[in-house]
Amino acid sequence: MSLVFLIFLPLIAALFIPLLFKKLGRIHTGWFVLIVPVVLFIYYLTLLPTTLEGGMLVSELSWIPSIDLAIVAYIDGLSLLFSLLISGIGALVVLYSIFYLDKKREQLHNFYVYLLMFMTAMLGVVQSDHVISLYLFWELTSISSFLLIGYWYTRDRSRFGALKSMMITVFGGLMMLGGFVLLSIMGNTYSIRELISQAPELANHEFFVWALVLILLGAFTKSAQFPFYIWLPDAMEAPTPVSAYLHSATMVKAGLYLVARFTPIFAVSGTWIWLVTGVGLFTLFWGSFFALKQKDLKGILAFSTVSQLGLIMSLLGASAMGFHVDNAAETVFKYAGFAAIFHLVNHAVFKGSLFMIAGIVDHETGTRDIRKLGGLMSLMPISFTIAMIGSFSMAGIPLFGGFLSKEMFLTAMLAITEFDLFSMDAWGLLFPVVAWIASVFTFIYSFYFVFHTFAGKHKPEELPKKAHEAPIGMLISPAILAVLVITIFFIPNFVGKWIVNPAVAAIQPFLYDSPSDVHVHVAAWHGSITPELAMTIGIFIIGGLMFWTLRKWQRSYDAFPDKVSLNRLYDNLMYLSDGGANRFSAVYMTGFIRSYLVYMFGFFILIVLSTLVLNEAFAFDLSDLAPIGFYEIVIVLALVGGTITILAAKSRLTAIIALGAVGYSVALFFVIFRAPDLALTQLVIETISVALFLLAFYHLPKSSKKEERIRFKVGNGLIALGVGVTMTLVALSAHSQKILPSISEFYKETVYTEAGGGNIVNVILVDYRGFDTLFEIAVLGIAGIGIITMIKLRLTKKEGQHENK
Amino acid sequence: MEIIMSFVIGFLFMAAVYLMLSKSLIRIIIGTGLLSHGAHLLILTMGGLGGTAPPVVADGVSVSDYVDPLPQALILTAIVISFAVTSFFLVLAYRAYQELGTDNMNLMRGTEDND
Repeated sequence: MSLVFLIFLPLIAALFIPLLFKKLGRIHTGWFVLIVPVVLFIYYLTLLPTTLEGGMLVSELSWIPSIDLAIVAYIDGLSLLFSLLISGIGALVVLYSIFYLDKKREQLHNFYVYLLMFMTAMLGVVQSDHVISLYLFWELTSISSFLLIGYWYTRDRSRFGALKSMMITVFGGLMMLGGFVLLSIMGNTYSIRELISQAPELANHEFFVWALVLILLGAFTKSAQFPFYIWLPDAMEAPTPVSAYLHSATMVKAGLYLVARFTPIFAVSGTWIWLVTGVGLFTLFWGSFFALKQKDLKGILAFSTVSQLGLIMSLLGASAMGFHVDNAAETVFKYAGFAAIFHLVNHAVFKGSLFMIAGIVDHETGTRDIRKLGGLMSLMPISFTIAMIGSFSMAGIPLFGGFLSKEMFLTAMLAITEFDLFSMDAWGLLFPVVAWIASVFTFIYSFYFVFHTFAGKHKPEELPKKAHEAPIGMLISPAILAVLVITIFFIPNFVGKWIVNPAVAAIQPFLYDSPSDVHVHVAAWHGSITPELAMTIGIFIIGGLMFWTLRKWQRSYDAFPDKVSLNRLYDNLMYLSDGGANRFSAVYMTGFIRSYLVYMFGFFILIVLSTLVLNEAFAFDLSDLAPIGFYEIVIVLALVGGTITILAAKSRLTAIIALGAVGYSVALFFVIFRAPDLALTQLVIETISVALFLLAFYHLPKSSKKEERIRFKVGNGLIALGVGVTMTLVALSAHSQKILPSISEFYKETVYTEAGGGNIVNVILVDYRGFDTLFEIAVLGIAGIGIITMIKLRLTKKEGQHENK
Repeated sequence: MEIIMSFVIGFLFMAAVYLMLSKSLIRIIIGTGLLSHGAHLLILTMGGLGGTAPPVVADGVSVSDYVDPLPQALILTAIVISFAVTSFFLVLAYRAYQELGTDNMNLMRGTEDND
């Protein structure tokens, strides 16, 4: 049980934050918050031995048992790795934020509540076994990310960025929900573990590809893959601790987690492999290429995050290939899954530290514009050292963790060329080539980031603040991360054994039964010049040359037109959906009552006539008809004549009199068709109605008293004719097919014996069906009260209103 | 007879719809009046126009000779309700003339400024 409650620990802690902020404002609220991730981190560390053995921990919290909804926390190697990242980097980010955010100027209670909410959401995502609860936590990450990006809500850019990330990630989240629902229909279970155990049967299901594509949409939007990466650069408006935490180390990896978690189910599909690998690789290239165009430190880091996420994504795709290769665990294919997780750890560590450095530079100089920065090396030596360690790791230079994962990445990409499944052949060569080019650009932007900020000429006149080294508290977190970067290089196999192997065993259960089966030995030097090492050296040489000449060719980026960009596409889509919907409703919502009546009558005709035709419902039966008498014909003529007079009348008075004539003919019909009560009522009511019509006519405003005929409109005529024809057809066919006899025999037989009355209609009204009458009385009463109120109540007659107009 | 009545009802509906599509408020109300006449006659016709005796118990009349009383009860209710609605509607029109000074529906249209 405790595991499930640990997920909610940050959320529970969040409840007390506003209180602590108000009552203990002298102490920075962050110090209280710091306890939570530290406790969680230590607890999750104690679980490492369990997952090392291949064990797993499950703990369930029942929520809505009647629909099988439960929150199931489930820790295996993969979720433990993510939980450690979330709590560990979470702790460092909270520590950093204590020094980054001012306790007097900032609304810290908001910040930490959002941050803790996010922590719960993220832990929930990575530990959920139940797909629906996974979705719930997934959306909670979107919401808390939205709140954190819009933290400085008085700025336009913050609100824009928050909305954009919300739109894109929630779009993906909803798609993913669709995929989950399909999956649970296919497998008849919500549990991810049970779905994985049914993987072979699922693959033959007709929904399989749909579920695959929908779930991938969720993963791609969250992990900022092409073309959904556009929200990430705009999310850089968030406070830097948020960028470091959410937008480099944790939330953007939720999509990677999703892909890794579902690889055992979808690895059987070629679509999955090529989509994940292809999109990942393209994103890797795209992100690294455009990172050099950025002028903002955090912009560079955002694009580099996009690119590195693409790298991990492509490795996850390659790890799924292992499913199709014989003895994959013995060949170079084993590197793909390992490299993905290894780089995921590396990236979280170095990118976190780089964001913190960007925040420090911003904090101490007042700008993040790389054109104004430079020569900070001697002023901020510690920051420079940390930035250099992070950047070199990102570039893949030896002595730093990134080198090892870059090597394995190239190994995995080279392995794809030998992978001849799904008729790849020559196309396979594209993968290492694109990967190599992207790595060259990665090398350049890493150097661009660190050297254009810290080396070169110092320009104090351009900086809003006088630059100096950051306070020691702010440097603790990035320094710890930087130390980790180097540590990973020297003890890769220790990290591999304890953290990476259990996760790899979870991703590739088709290759390994337990984490101890993963035999990947990471080494910085393999004893000979391997192809990947040659490629790395090539990266250093070409990358170094291109960085040397960066000033000469960086301008060519300006040649890329701003008008043709994905951001512009997004803006136009938003504008079109907003403005388009507006214009669309402006077209049909005319405000004329006639238009709306035309729609209603038009649809009435369409629906009733098409039903009549399509169901062959029209019938015409001449039996059981009443005889036609002379008086009936006379009255029909009177009624039709009266109606024609109404239509043709020039004067409205004539129309009113003719309406009276029609009403009296109806009363005569009632007489002829033996309905005395109806005839009485109809006569009286028609008289009153005509009097009322005359009253309304008398009070017509003078200006519009000009008498004119109804101007004939073909459209109106057609609609009216259509309604008339439809009603006639319905009446004829309804009369022609009576299925059951009337129940009136009962009334006729029992009216005297049961109710003691002779007038059957009246007995029905007050005895058999007295309820109708009661409420008909109520209708009359309400109409009377309404009329009185309308006449007596004159609230709008105020002088001031007319003056305003 | 029911065939003829079906056509009469259709004609009443046609005239009513045509009037309701016009722009004068009072003609629209006349249209609703015609529409309710059409509906009442439709109920009566659908109940069957046969039967030789009004639905009042009398000596020497067999049960099958009475006209079906149920549609008549329904129509009676409907007449009263449509009268209540029509009178309310007419007073509403009268108040609208007073306040707005027009009976042209096209001038009573909500615009983008005041909706």
